[in-house]
Amino acid sequence: MSRDVAMVVGRPEIPPIEQGEVITGSDALLRCLLLENVEYVFGYPGGAVLPIYDSLYSSHLKHILTRHEQGAIHAADGFARSTGKPGVVIATSGPGATNLVTGIATAYMDSIPMVIITGNVAQSLIGTDAFQEADITGITLPITKHNFFVRDVLELPRIIKEAFHIATTGRPGPVLIDIPKDVNNATAPFFYPETVNLRGYNPAVKPNKMQVDRLIKAISEAKKPVIMAGGGVISASAEKELIAFAEKTQIPVICTLMGLGSFPGTHPLALGWPGMHGNFVSNQAILNCDLLIGIGNRFDDRITMGRTKEFAPNAKIIHIDVDPAEIGKNVETMIPLVGDVKLVLEAALPKAAQADTSDWLIQLNEWKEKHPFSYKKNGNLKPQAVIEMIYETTAGEAIVTTDVGQHQMWAAQYYKFKHPRSLISSGGLGTMGFGFPSAIGAQFAHPDRTVVSINGDGGFQMNSQELAVVSQHNVPVKIVIINNKCLGMVRQWQEIFYDNRYSHIDLSHSPDFVKLAEAYGVKGLRAQSESEARQVWQEALEHNGPVVVEFVVEPEENVYPMVASGCTLDQMTMGDEE
Amino acid sequence: MQKHTISVLVNDQPGVLARVANLFGRRGFNIDSITVGNSEEKGLSRMVIVTTGDEKTLEQVMKQLHKLIDVIKVQHLSTGSMVAREIVLIKVDAGPTTRMEISGIVEPFRAAIVDVGPQSVIVQATGDSDKIDALTELLRPYGIRELTRTGLTAMARSMAAVKV
Repeated sequence: MSRDVAMVVGRPEIPPIEQGEVITGSDALLRCLLLENVEYVFGYPGGAVLPIYDSLYSSHLKHILTRHEQGAIHAADGFARSTGKPGVVIATSGPGATNLVTGIATAYMDSIPMVIITGNVAQSLIGTDAFQEADITGITLPITKHNFFVRDVLELPRIIKEAFHIATTGRPGPVLIDIPKDVNNATAPFFYPETVNLRGYNPAVKPNKMQVDRLIKAISEAKKPVIMAGGGVISASAEKELIAFAEKTQIPVICTLMGLGSFPGTHPLALGWPGMHGNFVSNQAILNCDLLIGIGNRFDDRITMGRTKEFAPNAKIIHIDVDPAEIGKNVETMIPLVGDVKLVLEAALPKAAQADTSDWLIQLNEWKEKHPFSYKKNGNLKPQAVIEMIYETTAGEAIVTTDVGQHQMWAAQYYKFKHPRSLISSGGLGTMGFGFPSAIGAQFAHPDRTVVSINGDGGFQMNSQELAVVSQHNVPVKIVIINNKCLGMVRQWQEIFYDNRYSHIDLSHSPDFVKLAEAYGVKGLRAQSESEARQVWQEALEHNGPVVVEFVVEPEENVYPMVASGCTLDQMTMGDEE
Repeated sequence: MQKHTISVLVNDQPGVLARVANLFGRRGFNIDSITVGNSEEKGLSRMVIVTTGDEKTLEQVMKQLHKLIDVIKVQHLSTGSMVAREIVLIKVDAGPTTRMEISGIVEPFRAAIVDVGPQSVIVQATGDSDKIDALTELLRPYGIRELTRTGLTAMARSMAAVKV
């Protein structure tokens, strides 16, 4: 992969940092990013950030120029999700900043650490409706963990230090820093603070010992316990502790969509994932358990179906989360356990004993065997078969990013995620257009790993312009398009809930994806049958560079099982079981 | 549904009121009244918010407020004994014939007429919300031209236990 970035050999570099040296705001900003160990920034220049881009010209930072700000922020998000490090993005004022909004909301909903730097017009013009002025701090109030408007160049280093601290501690999240042009141009002596002092921000990470004891006692009394692991396990890098805890207690584990990979999908105690398109055994486990231990999850309505009273009706619910506001928000919790998931599990592990779950595990295994994810084969190319093939050929070791829709659900169903940070998907906001650019960020972060981006034909077209980036840098992402020539999930809902009135879901008039790829200088392949699929996929994996692989599948295929909105988890439609 | 009075100590920075108001708006919490002003410490302001909701809503309000970086402390004042006051200014129709009558109404409330015009007076009153409501209703038959209330500001009594 090419490292052809903004830094060009031979250009003067900003010299090493001298405390107290008088430099511009934009130079200070970039030095702060380097001090925060930032390697990549994703962005798009414009008038209000010209000082920053002038400083970037001679910076060590590697800047990736995307073709749209939304591509930049999803790429930064993919970088963050695949590494755990904060993703960094730069955009100019006004439309540049507002183009980030979807990406910021995506990161906020999934608690992804990000630092977003936007330019703004000079302070003398603020509030005058100046050219390309937008109140981006006001706009992003509800979708950032915190945001800053920098009024004085002297405050800039402190604010950047605080932004990285807030983005990466407690419950992670996106933090936006809006810098007016005059602040970037102003000069001041550079001092980077070593510590952060935020009086109102002290995330509770250490668990309460008594609550941990209550957890242990509840486990000892349970006959049918189940763990529900969410994205918080991955955020806290607590996957080893979770495996140890589950194995020691012999409690089976359900992973939510965001939690997939936090517990190996191939482990004997793994049940799968629950909810609207989850598997039979996971939903049965929730319905029949007498103890449900939620770890770093948020009881989303795609799992509870909004029927919180009927959710886990026979269970004591224990909720472990670093964010106290999550506990009791959606479901009533008997034992709240606030703290960093890793620290909670570390505290609980020595005290935990094997639970009496042998009968329960037999019952769960029966359900697992009776209703696995399955589909009817009819000789045509099935989307599920494509995912199975990707899983087999990558041995479950790839980083998989998905867009949003049917293919996302099939990817979660048929790819057995073994490692944390190997599924990158917009869970909370359900952002179409996320899958492909997020893969770019993941591949920059992991140049030696196979990164597969699984997209629908709808979502791919929302950010397909980023083919220019993978072409320019030879980013070897394997870009999969599951082409059913329609908006598949919308089509499925129109079929089931709107009496087959297929309103505006026809995408048959899309570009020739192979030619589109080739127009950008990217290899393009197409398959319409199972045998073609195997052949072109092998060719794609062997290709040393980016490749678009279009799999033309049956438009009528639906995602099953399915629990319809408003139903309870026992009202599953099993659909096309083989 | 109960009314709850919450005291919130915040950094005195631009945009903090917007952050708090936005939080209530997007989470679907109701704000009955909100007052903001300086606190005992330089650089910090105190907001007193009156909200309506059940215990579960209140718990979420408190927790979500705690999540804001600029929020230093959140207290639920209504759990204990508190002193709560608001100010009202009422411009009421008052010609020469009714002025004395209005003065007689105002006096038991320990309110005051703070401005007199040819056809109206302005009444100023301080007290808890019930008292203000009562005075307003008594003055309404005379014709209220304009009314402005500050919303409640409140503090826990010295010995009262406050839920933090």
